[in-house]
Amino acid sequence: MSVFVWIETFSGQVVPGSWEALSAARILAKGDDLDVVALLFGTDDHAIIEDSHQRGAATCLVCSDETLLDYRLETYSTLLGELVKSRRPRAVVSAATNRGRELLASAAGDTESGLLSDVIDLRVEEGMIIGARAAYAGKVLMEMTANTNTAFVTVRGRAFPAAPRDDQRQGTIERVAPAPSSDAMPTEVLDFKSESGTISLADAAIIVSGGRGMASNPAEAPENLDGEEATIWKAKHGFANTLSPLAEILGAAIGASRAAVDAGYIPYEHQVGQTGKVVTPDLYIACGISGAIQHQAGMRNSKIIVAINKDADAPIFKLARYGIVGDLYEIVPALTAALNKQLR
Amino acid sequence: MAHIATFTRSTPDTAARVWVDDNGEVTWGDVATVVNPWDEYSLEETIVQAKSCGGDSTVIAIGGAINDDALKHSIAMGLQNALRIDEPGADMHDSLVWSALAAGAIRKLDDVDLIIFGKESVDVATDQHTFQLARRLGWTMLSYVAAIIDIDFEARAITVEKTLEQGKQTVAARLPAVISVMKGINDPRYPNFLGIRKAAKARIPVWSADDLGLTLPRPATAVLRYMNPPARDVSTEIVHGENVDAKAESLVARLLEEKVL
Ligand SMILES: Cc1cc2nc3c(=O)[nH]c(=O)nc-3n(C[C@H](O)[C@H](O)[C@H](O)COP(=O)(O)OP(=O)(O)OC[C@H]3O[C@@H](n4cnc5c(N)ncnc54)[C@H](O)[C@@H]3O)c2cc1C
Ligand SMILES: Nc1ncnc2c1ncn2[C@@H]1O[C@H](COP(=O)(O)O)[C@@H](O)[C@H]1O
Repeated sequence: MSVFVWIETFSGQVVPGSWEALSAARILAKGDDLDVVALLFGTDDHAIIEDSHQRGAATCLVCSDETLLDYRLETYSTLLGELVKSRRPRAVVSAATNRGRELLASAAGDTESGLLSDVIDLRVEEGMIIGARAAYAGKVLMEMTANTNTAFVTVRGRAFPAAPRDDQRQGTIERVAPAPSSDAMPTEVLDFKSESGTISLADAAIIVSGGRGMASNPAEAPENLDGEEATIWKAKHGFANTLSPLAEILGAAIGASRAAVDAGYIPYEHQVGQTGKVVTPDLYIACGISGAIQHQAGMRNSKIIVAINKDADAPIFKLARYGIVGDLYEIVPALTAALNKQLR
Repeated sequence: MAHIATFTRSTPDTAARVWVDDNGEVTWGDVATVVNPWDEYSLEETIVQAKSCGGDSTVIAIGGAINDDALKHSIAMGLQNALRIDEPGADMHDSLVWSALAAGAIRKLDDVDLIIFGKESVDVATDQHTFQLARRLGWTMLSYVAAIIDIDFEARAITVEKTLEQGKQTVAARLPAVISVMKGINDPRYPNFLGIRKAAKARIPVWSADDLGLTLPRPATAVLRYMNPPARDVSTEIVHGENVDAKAESLVARLLEEKVL
């Protein structure tokens, strides 16, 4: 028996969460003394195969058929389902990315298997795979198990360390044929707009976030704008010219509160919180964010939280390890300058 | 005529304190539930799309009477029909059991062309109901939809914009389809007075597994236990200094000590 891990690629690159998933797969394999098998669909890249071996996959199952070159849920989940039925792995693991979630949920459904989603901890106890996960926005933790031959597991970003490389390690390659597919292609990709240059919130080690306080930018809005438009301009200008330089020197991703998103200061992709993204960076710097319970739900488990807020009573300070009370439009530029001195 | 279905459930208010009681059960005291916040977007989208094609809309909850609150909220927003599926003996936490019931309901309705879900349940976020229903029905699945660009019920075609971590993808597909929608796809309406009156009067039919002609699968997962998370041990240090620059420098020094830079 083995433990499968799906190595997700995008434009020929492995997504960071996949090496974390591989390390989760190694925990499961170790518990029962099994082999880790990396699944590579739609790629035959030698470097990725070697990387997978060096990070602990005994075998790479490669299916680089041209029908799999582009990720499509139908073809991928049918193949994964077939592989699970024929080889009966103990577990199938992937990162809890959008694609990882849908692929594993679908294949788990097809094979009538249990899925533990978005786990933050894993262990094997008397042959039972136990996954811990957060529920109710992290107000409750729960432990679950799957009582099927194969357990499907998706792992939350940054909950497991990326599997380290050991260049002594080698492994085998096995090529498999794609699953027979019906000729009708149910979906067709017409266009793709990349959001390049932005660091993904889920993978970021540092996040700098802005809230409604971003609107109190002292910069003068262009004269032709008034009222709400001027406010939006100021906040956007603040994200671009005050927060971004700080994020840049830190190599950080930019986050936001829902208030900032709903007011049109920044796109929804940046929202952190209960109806945005759940993040666990090493460092989270909240600027002009009050720290509402729904925002906390998305960032409470960050390792170190820094709050910059002019209201000393803002709830965010209760969560923060370090706080500076004052105007973000004075403090953030000073912080950027201080970092520039230290880190350059 | 087109028929759009949507699923929803009641979840505790996001501001509520939620904890594990002495019996190991999750509780939020007597705080009222709300419609799952992610579903405000799917309910709104269902109403808008049904209206624009002159079609029918049905909202379905699976589980106990607690979900009637979410169903009534849906009717108050403008959903035409509501339905609850309940099978008291069944393990509703399990998504295979859930998807069997959901697929049974859709098959019994017989004429559904499109199912619209919210992104996830804000409380348990199992992230699998949507996909497993699509697989059971054998329908096209389009997840994390940020915009519906076009639906042509006659030509059985739909085009949407999907969200990936790396960007946005425009995808064309065939109906019938299951989609899940993101925040930002629309601005959910608040129920108006007439809607609230209609909801108050609504009688919601409840179907059982028997009514759907189903034998339920064995649950594939089990919850072993719920736990209160360890209290977050933070002592906050307010960084002081003569002026802003001094404060900034002393913060940087501390962050370097913490080894997070
Ligand atoms: C169902 C539901 C889901 C939700 N989901 C989310 C979610 O996912 N994410 C989320 O963030 N919220 C969410 N919310 C909203 C949440 O309740 C709050 O309304 C929101 O987080 C407030 O954002 P904010 O802190 O930016 O704004 P405010 O609460 O208005 O706080 C602004 C802060 O900025 C400070 N400030 C102003 N100017 C300055 C300045 N110049 N310098 C320094 N500080 C300054 C103020 O002192 C204040 O503390 C949700 C709410 C509901 C009901
Ligand atoms: N018991 C249920 N009844 C109706 N809809 C549900 C139920 N459970 C989950 N959903 C919906 O399924 C979607 C995805 O939820 P989940 O898979 O639980 O994260 C959301 O739109 C939920 O409202």
